Amino acid sequence: MNKFLVSFFIMVSFTAVSFVQMTNAAQLINGAGATFPYPLYSKWFSEYNKQNPNVKINYQSVGSGAGIKQLLAKTVDFGASDAPMKDDELKSAGAPVVHIPTVLGAVVVSYNIPGVSTSINLSPALVSDIFMGKIKKWNDPKIAAENAGVKFPDTAVTPVYRSDGSGTTSVFTDYLAKVSPEWSEKVGAGKAVKWPTGLGGKGNEGVAGVLKQTPGSVGYVEQVYAVTNNLPVASIKNAAGKYVQPSFESVSAAAEGALKTMPADYRVSITNAAGATSYPIAAFTYILVYKKMNATTGKDFVQFLKWSMGQGQSFAKDLAYAPLPKSLVTKVEVTISQLEF
Amino acid sequence: MEKKRKDLHIGDKAFYWILKVMAFGIILLLLAFFVLLFKMSWPVLSKVGPSFFWFNDWNPVTEEYGALPFIFGTIATSLIALFLSVPISLGAALLITEIADGGFRKILGFLVEMLAAIPSVVYGLWGLFVVVPFLRETVQPFLSQHFGFLPIFEGAPLGVGLMAAGIVLAIMITPTIATISREIFLTIPKVYKEGALALGATRWEMIRLSILKSSVSGILGASILGLGRALGETMAVAMVIGNRAEISASLFSPAQSMASLIANEYAEASGEMHLASLTAIGFGLLIVSLFMNSTARIIVWRVERKYRGTR
Repeated sequence: MNKFLVSFFIMVSFTAVSFVQMTNAAQLINGAGATFPYPLYSKWFSEYNKQNPNVKINYQSVGSGAGIKQLLAKTVDFGASDAPMKDDELKSAGAPVVHIPTVLGAVVVSYNIPGVSTSINLSPALVSDIFMGKIKKWNDPKIAAENAGVKFPDTAVTPVYRSDGSGTTSVFTDYLAKVSPEWSEKVGAGKAVKWPTGLGGKGNEGVAGVLKQTPGSVGYVEQVYAVTNNLPVASIKNAAGKYVQPSFESVSAAAEGALKTMPADYRVSITNAAGATSYPIAAFTYILVYKKMNATTGKDFVQFLKWSMGQGQSFAKDLAYAPLPKSLVTKVEVTISQLEF
Repeated sequence: MEKKRKDLHIGDKAFYWILKVMAFGIILLLLAFFVLLFKMSWPVLSKVGPSFFWFNDWNPVTEEYGALPFIFGTIATSLIALFLSVPISLGAALLITEIADGGFRKILGFLVEMLAAIPSVVYGLWGLFVVVPFLRETVQPFLSQHFGFLPIFEGAPLGVGLMAAGIVLAIMITPTIATISREIFLTIPKVYKEGALALGATRWEMIRLSILKSSVSGILGASILGLGRALGETMAVAMVIGNRAEISASLFSPAQSMASLIANEYAEASGEMHLASLTAIGFGLLIVSLFMNSTARIIVWRVERKYRGTR
């Protein structure tokens, strides 16, 4: 027993010592927030640390809501969120908070229709009607009207949604509320909503799982999950009336299309964006920092943010995120250079 | 007692105090849970009062929150699980204590206990990829074809839903009920069984008269512990229940349980009322589990007292 205790204390003190040494060696920056950009951010932070061994960035992917809460409580140096902060949240921060859009993500509509393996076309009204529960069967004439040449079976339509609160749901319902007055009035938009019908899957993987399992189902997932799970993806009719497949180009185009009307703080929804090549269900993901940053970590983090707009953007596509369009990068770089520390 | 303690070695004294502090720590922790959960649910409980627990809606957009659909989902899945699991568990426990012998008994007992060691997310995945397709393609079409007139077998066979959650939970609570029942059967004095057999009882009559009859309250206690586990199960249920805040009589329909709702929505809950409502659900779940567990404890104590000394 005593031997055990002694060795235990030795172990603890060694760990403590090595921690102290680590913090002395590198500037430690802490962040918390959204899970959606986590794969990219962890790639960024490890790559940046390789190039700049004196800066180490820790990130906890605890969810957008929790990230905002931790930023407001000042327990982290930066937050990350898929949805921009609300006005009352900004007010409660006490000091100005800056939104830095980092990359773009798309939400895709995927389906499991027996006998249909090609991509199908969906108009905004059709997507809304399907998730409203108004279209009961896949061989509904309204679906056939937009998909000449595709033979739909007499299978029941089962919508599948995210049962957990998520930025993905927020983007998707924001889109539906924009394109369908009925949706906006009866359901609304948010990270979690009261779905009129259908089944819930927990997380992107849960939705993908239910989609694969249930013939006749249709759901929405982040683009990367549709790619990795080989799920078929619908083309959505955009604001210009064109059917568009989700791709890095069409998602970046949506940001480009929204650029003209973009407010200076980037807090904007880019769903149903203008432009003939824009994919309509897309959103920014943001890093959140105080305009007046912490004196010790601020300088290093601003350097990192500049890097993320340059070299950082080139890592996006490999991990299935759409990079920001060039025109927007220039604008964000100005915002970054205005941060104080 | 007091005099004796004075003679104790200093190390023993320190040990005694360390244990005492730890034990009180547990009690304090439980109290802290109650206080904190109640405090965090206060915004919603003070606004709508106790009617929160029987209001049948959950809409984060309009900020209308009620616990009823989730209380229904929790209780319905747990009762289905209990209904399926108790006969299986008792059968397994009787087989292990009375019928099987030697190596087979050991292997069987080990396997039943192994079921308890499987992580719940594995049960959930198994449920989603094995149980759900089987229910959707085989069991539910059969039931709806032949018994579709019953309200409990109404609707489209989706696979996920109350039935799938109940079946997965049944398997998860079987080791709890089977192991405790086995221990209870072992407390029954041998003379009871021998007496029954000597009077000319068959093996079934012996089991029924001298084992089952005298373990009724113990079996009840075991079942309530199993029920407690089913009430709180989160991951496995979230994966197969279909996650809809809905009350329906049909076993085919999707539902949502209290624990899986919290797991689903807590991380990204936005706004004070949403968070408070989720903690209020947690508060309700804590009360239900505490009640269930204390009942089980009391019943098991009574059984133990009844048979102590007769062995």
